[in-house]
Amino acid sequence: MLGLVLVSIAPRAYAMSTDDCLDCHSDPGLSVVKDGKKTSLTVDAKSFKSSVHAGEGCVGCHDDADVKQPPHPFPLARVKCGNCHDQISKIYAKSLHGQAMAKKDPYAPHCYDCHGKHDILPSTDKKSKTFIMNVPFTCGQCHREGQPMTKTHDIPQKNILENYSESIHGEGLYRKGLTVTAVCSSCHTAHNVLPHTDPNSSISRQNVSKTCMKCHANIEQAHTKIVRGELWEKEPNKVPACVECHGPHKARRVLYEDSLNDKFCMDCHGKKDLKIVMADGTEKSMFVDVEEFEHSIHKEKRIACVKCHVTVRFDHKDPAKPTCQVQGEVKVDCSICHADQQNKFDASTHGMLVAKNDPNAPRCTDCHGQHNIMSRNYQESPIFARNVPELCAKCHREGEKAALRYQGKQHEIIKHYKMSIHGKGLTESGLMVSATCTNCHTAHSILPANNPQSSVYRDNVLDTCATCHLGIAQKFKQSIHSPQVSQTDKKLPVCIDCHSSHSIKRVDQASFRNLILEECGTCHQHETETYFDTYHGKASLLTGGEKTAKCSDCHGSHDILPAYYSKSSLNRKNVVETCRPCHPNSNRKFTGYLTHATHHDREKYPYLYYTFWAMTGLLVSTFAFFGIHTLFWIPRSFRERFKRRRQHSHDKVFKD
Amino acid sequence: MDKSQVEYVQRFGIFPRFLHLLVIISFLTLAVTGMALKFASERWAGFIADIFGSFETLGNLHRFMATVTFTYFGLNMILLFQNWRKSGQSIVQFCLGPNSLVPMPQDAIELIQTSKWFFGLGPQPRYGRWTYWEKFDYMAVFWGVAVIGMSGLCLWFPEQFTMIIPGYWINIATIIHSDEALLASGFIFTIHFFNTHLRPEKFPMDPVIFTGKMPLDELKHERPREYELLVAEGKLDEIRCPPAPRWFTVVSHVFGLTALTIGLTLVLAIVYSMVFLYVGK
Repeated sequence: MLGLVLVSIAPRAYAMSTDDCLDCHSDPGLSVVKDGKKTSLTVDAKSFKSSVHAGEGCVGCHDDADVKQPPHPFPLARVKCGNCHDQISKIYAKSLHGQAMAKKDPYAPHCYDCHGKHDILPSTDKKSKTFIMNVPFTCGQCHREGQPMTKTHDIPQKNILENYSESIHGEGLYRKGLTVTAVCSSCHTAHNVLPHTDPNSSISRQNVSKTCMKCHANIEQAHTKIVRGELWEKEPNKVPACVECHGPHKARRVLYEDSLNDKFCMDCHGKKDLKIVMADGTEKSMFVDVEEFEHSIHKEKRIACVKCHVTVRFDHKDPAKPTCQVQGEVKVDCSICHADQQNKFDASTHGMLVAKNDPNAPRCTDCHGQHNIMSRNYQESPIFARNVPELCAKCHREGEKAALRYQGKQHEIIKHYKMSIHGKGLTESGLMVSATCTNCHTAHSILPANNPQSSVYRDNVLDTCATCHLGIAQKFKQSIHSPQVSQTDKKLPVCIDCHSSHSIKRVDQASFRNLILEECGTCHQHETETYFDTYHGKASLLTGGEKTAKCSDCHGSHDILPAYYSKSSLNRKNVVETCRPCHPNSNRKFTGYLTHATHHDREKYPYLYYTFWAMTGLLVSTFAFFGIHTLFWIPRSFRERFKRRRQHSHDKVFKD
Repeated sequence: MDKSQVEYVQRFGIFPRFLHLLVIISFLTLAVTGMALKFASERWAGFIADIFGSFETLGNLHRFMATVTFTYFGLNMILLFQNWRKSGQSIVQFCLGPNSLVPMPQDAIELIQTSKWFFGLGPQPRYGRWTYWEKFDYMAVFWGVAVIGMSGLCLWFPEQFTMIIPGYWINIATIIHSDEALLASGFIFTIHFFNTHLRPEKFPMDPVIFTGKMPLDELKHERPREYELLVAEGKLDEIRCPPAPRWFTVVSHVFGLTALTIGLTLVLAIVYSMVFLYVGK
């Protein structure tokens, strides 16, 4: 910058050479006592001769030392860099530093504080105080925390140098040695340093994005996920300034007081009795609980009231007693900063209800809260994983508004979820990795299961479950039930067909093991029926029957393959081992047991068929014979008895 | 006639009565536990499994009673052997003698005579010590234990049996075991119960299998051929005995009627299920 402004130097009258000056000033003992303080007047000839000003000679700056015969008048006037660097000098004069200088602030920096005196080097020289690598150090001479300047001046930012060194810019500079990274002067400029409250400052609200864009081009494209696109053109006042999110130094907390300060808002809204009368005559409390806001994430991020309530305008005239009014939409538009979430939400069932102005439609605040919005990492937050089921239950519990309008098959969702392995994991075992509503349904893109975009749409279920159960999903993709293996028009099962959606149970639980049969049976009806004709199936139906082999015990669960696949658990190579967990003496012939046999199929199982009918024949003929025998016996028996009784009474009468 | 004046004769010794007791207990248990598995899909089967705790208990009881069955079968053979030794007859004589349980042409004649009697076409035959239906009951046990026992062992030790026989034979064994058991329990709980206990002459039960004693009059009337043989051989006095103690008769009735009730209930459940399982399909 110094080198940029080269002013032609006017010819001098006497031309006292540098060497002439150095005759005296190279003497290391040359010094003067001023105000009782000894000041050296020695000039290092070598460093001066290698400085940018070597060509100018001493008198180029110290023009009052250009005399015919030394010694020159003493003391010499202060060097005026502006003589040559007049434009920079003007800029400097208007800057914070220059103004301080004008006010005779003892800590106001002179040119030489940053550039040096006789040893000024070009900023491209690595030894220069203004070389990019050295800038933070140079500025730090005054701005490092603990320096006298920081103690005597009210600088809104603290620990600037420490924070900078930890910021991505500082890291780039110090750790990566990137000479294109931003240093102090990149944002604050070198000479035109102004406070952020000054509209002309490079870091003022209006200018800061321009400043950032010197390096970071295409900010709009890069921020489409965060900041709603059209706002950049239409309503730039809504767009947060770069530093509001990214912060200038590490701590990234700067508030542009270009609009209302929270303190002003709270002057009125902190009062419990603040009310407004709505158009329909009802009163609405306008009280804002500071306590609530204190714990919110927006407080943590230092988001001012007006950053959300962007349509609030206020009257500057009397700063002590501001009045405010809303111009435009009253409702807070979260999408200003949370554009991505809003886009997702708009496409979701919830969002579509909002678009229809449905009274049941949930809005951002219904889940996140208003002034008390908390990060999901806090246990008190309604979107903390453990609180999510209850949050959704507000509408989705049986009898509540969402459950009432719901037409699908899932009922008692919340109750079932809480009984499920996910619900118990979350509430009983306190496992924070357990899936909650949002893990499967997503937080903002909630769509019904019949929507192909939905995370719980049949074809998407596997991927949704795979976010946690990746290993199983990978196995499943190799199995016959995977569309990648089975080229079929038939409906292939997905996770929820066997595990259900909300009432997912532990697979070793009796209720689940018994459920398997039903689930497999929905497609494999014949196999299930015949399974129930054999021991495993029959015993399954009785108390304790969960212990007998179920479909998955033999066929596998996620890795099911037909027996002709060599990896199948029922393949010749593997089947003996498959039976072994229950039948330790399993052998080749043993596995020939027909686990799905039926004696009703003559074609497939003739032996069983004929055995059954032979046995049935024996049974029927035996019963037929003895049945008839008995049927004829009964009336005869009665008749005999009747006869004998009559005989008996006859005898009795006869005797009497 | 005053009951105390009724003359009694000993029909069964202690050994056969004990064997029949074992048969009752084991057979009922086997039937109940087995049928619960065979008709597992029925509510009453679930109820039985619930009473016993689990299907595993049913299985354990079933296998235990199977060993009891094999035991009484063995004991019966010992009893036969003893009787043969006591009789001092050759094995052929013993088997073909008037007190033998081996079916003989006379039984066929009596069956025909009985059938005629049913229709009033002739008098009731003069039965000997064993009627043909009693002989059938007895011989059926031989057949039943052999068939159900062998197939049952296959199901008990499938892993060992399949070292010799093909795996699907286990399926065949299941069908044989199950249907033969259905035949056996159906037969015992209807035909045997009626023939022996429930028919009007005996209703509600004949306690002779527990007390071992029957009135002499009944012997004379129901088994005249045996009575005459006893008189002819002069052995009638040998088997004369006092009536069973009253408490013993009461206990016999309680036990016997309980067994009858269980059997009849089970057979009703089976018939109900069969109607719904096969007819309902």
